[in-house]
Amino acid sequence: MTTGPIIETKGLEVRFPLPTHFLSRQKPVLHALNGVDIAISPGETFCVVGESGCGKTTLGRAIMGLLEPSAGEILFQGQRIDGMDETTRKPIRRDMQMVFQNPYASLNPRRNVYETLAEPVRHLMPEKSPAELRQQVEEVLAATGCDPSWQRRLPHEFSGGQRQRIAIARALVTNPAFIVADEPISALDVSIQAQILNLLTDLQGERGLTYLFITHDLSVVEHFGTRVAVMYLGAVMELASAETIFDNPKHPYTRLLLDAIPKLEGGSFDKPRTPGELPDPVNPPPGCPFAPRCPMAEDLCRRDRPHLRELPNGTHAACHFAE
Amino acid sequence: MISLKGFLRRFFSDPVAIGAGLVLLVLVLMAVLAPFLAPQNPYDLMQLDIMDSEMPPSWKPGGDPRFWLGTDAQGRGVFSTIMYGTGISLLIGIGAVIVQAVLGVTLGLIAGYKGGWIDSFLMRLADIQLSLSTLMMAIIALALFQAAFDANIYADYAIIMLIMVIGIAEWPKFARTVRSSVLGERKKEYVDAARVIGLPPRKIMWGHILPNTLTPVLVISTIQVAEAIMIEASLSFLGLGMPVDRPSLGSLIRSGFEFIFSGSWWITLYPAIVLVALILALNLLGDWLRDVLNPKLRRGED
Amino acid sequence: MPMLEVQDLHVAFQQGRKSEVEALRGVDLTLEKGERLGVVGESGAGKSMLAFAILNLIAEPGRVSQGRIMFHDRNLLDLSERDIRAVRGNRISMIFQDPMVTLNPVLSIGTQMMETLRAHRRISGAEARALCIAKLREVAIPSPESRLDAYPHELSGGLRQRVVIAIALLTDPELIIADEPTTALDVTIQAEIMALILKLCRENDVALILITHDLGVVAEVTQRLMIMYAGKCVETGATGAIINAPHHPYSAGLLRALPQNAARGTRLYQIPGAMPPITALPTGCAYHPRCARATALCKAEIPPLENGAACFHPLTAPEEVP
Repeated sequence: MTTGPIIETKGLEVRFPLPTHFLSRQKPVLHALNGVDIAISPGETFCVVGESGCGKTTLGRAIMGLLEPSAGEILFQGQRIDGMDETTRKPIRRDMQMVFQNPYASLNPRRNVYETLAEPVRHLMPEKSPAELRQQVEEVLAATGCDPSWQRRLPHEFSGGQRQRIAIARALVTNPAFIVADEPISALDVSIQAQILNLLTDLQGERGLTYLFITHDLSVVEHFGTRVAVMYLGAVMELASAETIFDNPKHPYTRLLLDAIPKLEGGSFDKPRTPGELPDPVNPPPGCPFAPRCPMAEDLCRRDRPHLRELPNGTHAACHFAE
Repeated sequence: MISLKGFLRRFFSDPVAIGAGLVLLVLVLMAVLAPFLAPQNPYDLMQLDIMDSEMPPSWKPGGDPRFWLGTDAQGRGVFSTIMYGTGISLLIGIGAVIVQAVLGVTLGLIAGYKGGWIDSFLMRLADIQLSLSTLMMAIIALALFQAAFDANIYADYAIIMLIMVIGIAEWPKFARTVRSSVLGERKKEYVDAARVIGLPPRKIMWGHILPNTLTPVLVISTIQVAEAIMIEASLSFLGLGMPVDRPSLGSLIRSGFEFIFSGSWWITLYPAIVLVALILALNLLGDWLRDVLNPKLRRGED
Repeated sequence: MPMLEVQDLHVAFQQGRKSEVEALRGVDLTLEKGERLGVVGESGAGKSMLAFAILNLIAEPGRVSQGRIMFHDRNLLDLSERDIRAVRGNRISMIFQDPMVTLNPVLSIGTQMMETLRAHRRISGAEARALCIAKLREVAIPSPESRLDAYPHELSGGLRQRVVIAIALLTDPELIIADEPTTALDVTIQAEIMALILKLCRENDVALILITHDLGVVAEVTQRLMIMYAGKCVETGATGAIINAPHHPYSAGLLRALPQNAARGTRLYQIPGAMPPITALPTGCAYHPRCARATALCKAEIPPLENGAACFHPLTAPEEVP
């Protein structure tokens, strides 16, 4: 068990060149991540929240190696993994797994459940005998509440909630230490969401897992998270523990997000709200990315981009005026 | 994904499908069992008698009960030549489609998965080839081949040549179909899941993506067989296809064509009817298959 | 007399050659002028089906097999195609979830708005244009004159949905049916759009049927609530009353399962099992396999809607285990 952070990113930047006409002079680039520094401690549930275009999914994918960063570093247990060649990375893949958002697309429709679960073991743990492989698959099916009779069946025979259980089982089959969960419950019905969240909590307790939990649903974060990073337009705006961020949000964007959550007591939507639009990720404004929408914005904000700094109560906020 | 049971149920509830299926079944059986069922072997010169030539069908005056549909200019029974000829047409049709499919699926898979300049290059190649008519390319290729080689050599290799020429000419259709499926599948998260495990691109392309692109391939295969048979028939009719002594349906139509105006219409007519029936059955089945396998048209109980 | 009254609505779908399966199994609904009603349920419960049925948009292989939909004093199901078109889009408008599906991508915003207007009203081009600009301003779209010539893909998701709302309001309808209007939008945009819908309904005295799975949104926007399960309404009443003291075990279960109702760090309450598909409904009450209070009676008979809840053993106190 390592004592340092299990996952760290330093100055992580991801840029996507956009397709252009080959004769045009401009080469627009989409800035998906603009210098992200996070450190995830073992055993915690690190939540990343934000709205569309904030870069949270890109962050998860970069950490898992699905895309190459344009700049910066990604470290797993102190070892640099970005740009690593496949042979060196292979043993590390056992320890890092991912659960995806869409249970209807994350399982190969032509493979039965057994094959889907056996594949990671066959590829990443080739030393296992067929009998050990079978046992490992059955054990992980039981742990996720799947029936052993499911092994020979195909994904289309299952509901969304059941498929997501199978997807979680697939992520667990190589006994990882770290799991990235990218909006794992957003596509599920409301009454199933609670079941899957409880499953994830139980598994974390049993196996000492660390989660990077990506979501747009703040009420889930409040319930489930240890620490929370709020992202906007490719950068972290606020980083704090789950309790603090809900009781005492420091960044104006966090306050806007919390204010927008519909409350069961009602009354939040009675005041009309002016439309605020996400600025263009291809041409991000200089200075603070949130300045165009911020009620507190001043010239300093539009000129100088604030960096994450620590506030007296332990929260980190990227704002010139947060205290 | 449709179950086998659902598929069979849809088949047996659709009269068009049953009709086309039956016709196809009869023709295929006829072709396969030709050596056993045909009244005579029209290619065995020992069995032919020039005195039997140009006899009308058996129910017409002058007809002979031995030759149900009459005889052609060499004394071969039309019915027997049709049985053997159907076999050759089918062989060329299916063979050509296998070549098209193997070539097209491979190239489409690579183009779709790799993207970038490989994709652009292959698709431009496909575009160029699609803009040239298959028939024209086949005519050029076969004419050159016939001119370059002796007639006897040509006769021996005709089948292979036809299969290869039609096969290579039509790969773009399969490639494009597979490529567009691959582009759709590539975005799906099960491909990401495979990459997260660290599977090499090769394994992901062939093991994960390919099986999910095969449904459209199956659909166009039936129609492509019909098209290949048509192209071969056209080529044979033009004299560039199968030689006279091993005729396909197309060559039979050709060889009988000269005799239409001299009164021996049966030599051309019956092979033509069989050819039309074969192609119609294949097309109808292909259309039906496309509707059945289209997930958006599913009625929900399959 | 209520403005809209749905009586015993049944919608059936053809399954296979001979049999039919019911997607809506006898739903009643009343709506007064200017009232805002929420219809809540999970996917497959039938809430969208209800909206489509009201506008007579149920197409093959589905059909309305029973029931009446009284709008003022006319049964919408009896109207000819021409007459229903005078109602649809004119007196009853609909807003769908995905604005890119509602808006035609090859026509400019202005063209689509004017098309709608002139389909229902005799109005000159210049007057129509002025009216469209006014409506765009009403939904707080900046620089409406230039937006009129823009195409849907040039606008962000939030702006597009505002355009859709503007189109829905163009003909001054009496009722707007909104089917998951903000589900695909970010939470801050959702708040803006719902606040806008609320303001416009209040100001123009327009009735609203809001279909969603989000209990928070209905709590903010609606006055009355209908909870649907497996094709039937299981609870109905004032929104605040149901949220604070639900009577049906399913409603109570849904509310308890919300993360905001659970103490931090504890397991969430979860309703066991899943909603049955309409093709495989259990006998009696469709919820009984998941219900801790189920008895033999629940398995045998379908409970009627009484005092707002369709249950033989409704909850009387909020703390009872559902």
